Amino acid sequence: MLGALTVLLLYQLIGEVLVQLLALPLPGPVVGMLLLLLSLWMKGGMADRLRDTANGLLQHLSLLFVPAGVGVMVHFARVSGEWLPILFALLASTALAIAVSALTMQALIRLRGAHGGKDHQ
Amino acid sequence: MIAPRIADIWVYLAATPLLGLTITLLAYQAAYWIYARARFNPLLNPVALAIVVLVTALALTGTPYQTYFDGAQFVHFLLGPATVALAVPLYAQLDKLRALAMPLAGALLAGSLTAILSVLAFGWLLGASETTLLSLAPKSVTTPIAMGIAEKIGGIPSLTAVLVILTGISGAVMAKGVLDALHIKDHGVRGFAVGIAAHGIGTARAFQVSEQAGAFAGLGMGLNGLATAVLAPLLMAAFRWM
Repeated sequence: MLGALTVLLLYQLIGEVLVQLLALPLPGPVVGMLLLLLSLWMKGGMADRLRDTANGLLQHLSLLFVPAGVGVMVHFARVSGEWLPILFALLASTALAIAVSALTMQALIRLRGAHGGKDHQ
Repeated sequence: MIAPRIADIWVYLAATPLLGLTITLLAYQAAYWIYARARFNPLLNPVALAIVVLVTALALTGTPYQTYFDGAQFVHFLLGPATVALAVPLYAQLDKLRALAMPLAGALLAGSLTAILSVLAFGWLLGASETTLLSLAPKSVTTPIAMGIAEKIGGIPSLTAVLVILTGISGAVMAKGVLDALHIKDHGVRGFAVGIAAHGIGTARAFQVSEQAGAFAGLGMGLNGLATAVLAPLLMAAFRWM
């Protein structure tokens, strides 16, 4: 657990340093994730040692968004002054983005006649 | 010695990170308990419930957000390692991902453009201010990327952070209904679409459904972060030019 957490932090650190050095338009953790995926691809055995810690963190992923979300109180005036356009635009656009992404992906899978479109429930 | 009064204890506690951290965990666990008791009804999203409870508690005690965040930042910090950890379930789905490269790329482009353009169109039609529109544009991508994009195109980064979370909650709440209505059954497709539109909160919801949905959602979130970071500034430049 301690070793796995160290590995995750190390990849995040490498990601942050690369972003700064190369002035990438991405956050460090996303670069860290891509680098870790590359490492796992080259040396799959690592995944077994990371799995428990990674799953533990991801199981409570929603908790990690709470502190930033409480920040809504700072923007209460703007959000309540424009609540109708904000709420409607957010809801409609999010539903539309889910629908368009899913329909496009499903159509492309069918178009190609691939076997990836099976149900894996 | 005189026993310290409640007010003194409060002053002491308010100055340590302990209180912000503890109430975040308590509020979330209470919210999650309610969510589980309601058989994971998406309308009772635990992030939304916890935020409502915390904002109410802070408002009632007159505690500024910054004081709360001094403690809660330890939870916030874990977003970094958790993002890195997404590589592990992604790796488990690697063969499937490679076989689906073309459909994934197409869905990403269509979904990313839809997420940016439709929120601008709806917001503009309903009369949102320009600053709000610019803060809304990157709403579908994960907080740190979205804040960077907002800063670049002229929005308010901290407002974007809030709009991103509201988007994630909306996506987590609506995903099942939208995808069921469209008869989309494949967990890979469902997860990827939710990850594109509703980033980490959508991904967290997808992981509750299955590991496959979660892994595809994590991929959708990461890739849409990249796509929006490139597309949003280009689209804004194009709008200004027109």
